[in-house]
Amino acid sequence: MCSLTDILTKVSRRAVGLGATLIVIVLGASIASPSIATESAKYEKRSWSFYGVLGTYDRASLQRGLQVYTEVCAACHGLKRVAFRNLLDLGFTEEEAKAIAASYDVSDGPNEEGDMYMRPGRLSDYFVSPFPNDNAARASNNGSLPPDLSLITKARTGGPDYLYSLLTGYSDPPEGESLLEGMSYNSAFPGHQIAMPPPLVSDAVIYIDGTNATIPQMSQDITQFLSWAAESKLEERKRLGLKVMIFLIILTGLLYAVKRRVWSGLH
Amino acid sequence: MQHNGFKSSNRIVQWIEYRLPIFSFLDQQVGTQYQAPKNLNYLWNFGSLAGIALIIQIVTGIVLAMHYVPHGDMAFDSVERIMRDVNYGWLIRYIHANGASMFFAAVYIHIFRGLYYGSYKFPRELLWMLGLVIFVLMMATAFMGYVLPWGQMSYWAATVITNLFSAIPWAGQSLTEWLWGGFVVGTPTLTRFYSLHYLIPFVIAGLVILHIWALHVHKSNNPLGVEVKGPKDTIAFHPYYTIKDLFSLGIFLAIFGFWVFYFPNYLGHPDNYIPANPLQTPPHIVPEWYLLPFYAILRAIPSKLGGVIAMGASLAILFLVPWLDTSRIRSGTFRPIFKQFYWLLVADVLVLGYVGSQPPEGIFIHLGRIATAYYFVHFLLILPIVGWLERPKPIPSSISESEAGTTQEASGRSETGT
Repeated sequence: MCSLTDILTKVSRRAVGLGATLIVIVLGASIASPSIATESAKYEKRSWSFYGVLGTYDRASLQRGLQVYTEVCAACHGLKRVAFRNLLDLGFTEEEAKAIAASYDVSDGPNEEGDMYMRPGRLSDYFVSPFPNDNAARASNNGSLPPDLSLITKARTGGPDYLYSLLTGYSDPPEGESLLEGMSYNSAFPGHQIAMPPPLVSDAVIYIDGTNATIPQMSQDITQFLSWAAESKLEERKRLGLKVMIFLIILTGLLYAVKRRVWSGLH
Repeated sequence: MQHNGFKSSNRIVQWIEYRLPIFSFLDQQVGTQYQAPKNLNYLWNFGSLAGIALIIQIVTGIVLAMHYVPHGDMAFDSVERIMRDVNYGWLIRYIHANGASMFFAAVYIHIFRGLYYGSYKFPRELLWMLGLVIFVLMMATAFMGYVLPWGQMSYWAATVITNLFSAIPWAGQSLTEWLWGGFVVGTPTLTRFYSLHYLIPFVIAGLVILHIWALHVHKSNNPLGVEVKGPKDTIAFHPYYTIKDLFSLGIFLAIFGFWVFYFPNYLGHPDNYIPANPLQTPPHIVPEWYLLPFYAILRAIPSKLGGVIAMGASLAILFLVPWLDTSRIRSGTFRPIFKQFYWLLVADVLVLGYVGSQPPEGIFIHLGRIATAYYFVHFLLILPIVGWLERPKPIPSSISESEAGTTQEASGRSETGT
């Protein structure tokens, strides 16, 4: 009985050593690969103005990004969850935002005769998608569906980093790799074959503020803009968060002091 | 005016107390009259934290339900409307989504605390089992809640999990279609999940009341696992444990806030910001982190029915723990061999969780099977055998005795060591 216990003790010690090793492996592996279920989507980590405890969007970059979206992306991609009134967040005046809205034709109705009609957009309208439905979008794009961009940075592993890497990741395919018809090679895209042809070329837009429209610059700006489109409450969230965290830390400190004081009566 | 030791000079309190003795009741249950073991450590705070997490989920959930539209064509859009247009909708939703993780984290620590200190043993078996029923209902609620945003991961998680019922021989397919309310996961599935997701938390709240009721019959276990012998072993719940619980609540909320305000989507999956598409399966369908160990057990068995049975058994076996553990010593502190196997079980569950997050290929298949087998070996073999063979360390005769004799015991141990 005694020796059995000793054996059991030894076995259990070994087992714990093994268990500890396994935990280290598991934790190490999970730190090394923070993104679960990614398949060869490669993106470089960049630092964005909206990262960090008090991160904010770069207003000038947002406005340039809007210009890239409307002049380049909007030919194929919708932005249906963003309203023109939201553009006030970008630093536009109400007049400017109204002018942008009015440049879109929006379907409204039915009117008193029962007919649908087109009218210029208002602040309460949303960005108009380029295609009436998914089938029309596929028909115009070689069978592929260009996704709506309203949530794109939240809907992809890697978020803004992935989007930036994708837009700057076009190149000729490496030697020996053949592309399917109509596909382009992209180092960031999972599987590397993407249906979207390279969307950006140098000077694809002429920036109103005079910034040089290089591919990295436009990629940077459109990524800022689409990050804002996906998470427009980020600045409000982080500012409120700081206040809440400071409050909670002070409150917790006070509660600890009270706890010590109350319990000190026991000993 | 006095009732069961409760005193108040407030006329209104007296008026109410005379007609409905609720103040004396609260005082006896969570106040100055309730005596709790004086040696509870901070691991005993997670019960109250889990209870508060439940309340936060119910309150934020009720607000979300005012704005959410349970329909396959509108659910995703209505969630985005909450995020963009509802006043502080983003805050409410992020609290609710991360609150589920905080709730499970608190409950997992609470369960593993019970496993270490033998809190499931006589006379607390029913208390333990009520807790497990709460845990199982939490899993069901969390799963159905994850389906509601109707993103890609919502849709495909619903498809994978409801398909498990089709493994039941003979009636499986009919049962699955009955659950779906159609021939695929669709709006009828979404509306019933919504209804149940709203209902079950109130069932959980009811079970929490039974759980606390059962707890208050024999009082809390404690780190020594020795029953309370008399007034020397206890202190009043209020103010001692109320202030201690409040302090830990401060820390809990700070960690909660860290997720909500700075990493609100880290614990979620990007695919769930893509609207549900029945024609396109995501490359890897994974549940939320808190269900991963059970997902790993499900996938460890190469047959669908076998996997379902194994997953069910992994939960069912927890109900038998009070009888599978043959040791009469409660606390792991005095059980040198049990203690080591306990940490091995913790490691095993972490391994299962990691395997559950990975695609079922290569080494993960083997690792998942070994970890699953070990999970059952721990409860079915190790727990009973260690209980029979182990020589426990001497246990103190009472809580107050142990506090007085701490130094004695420590010096005694070093003597035997030299």
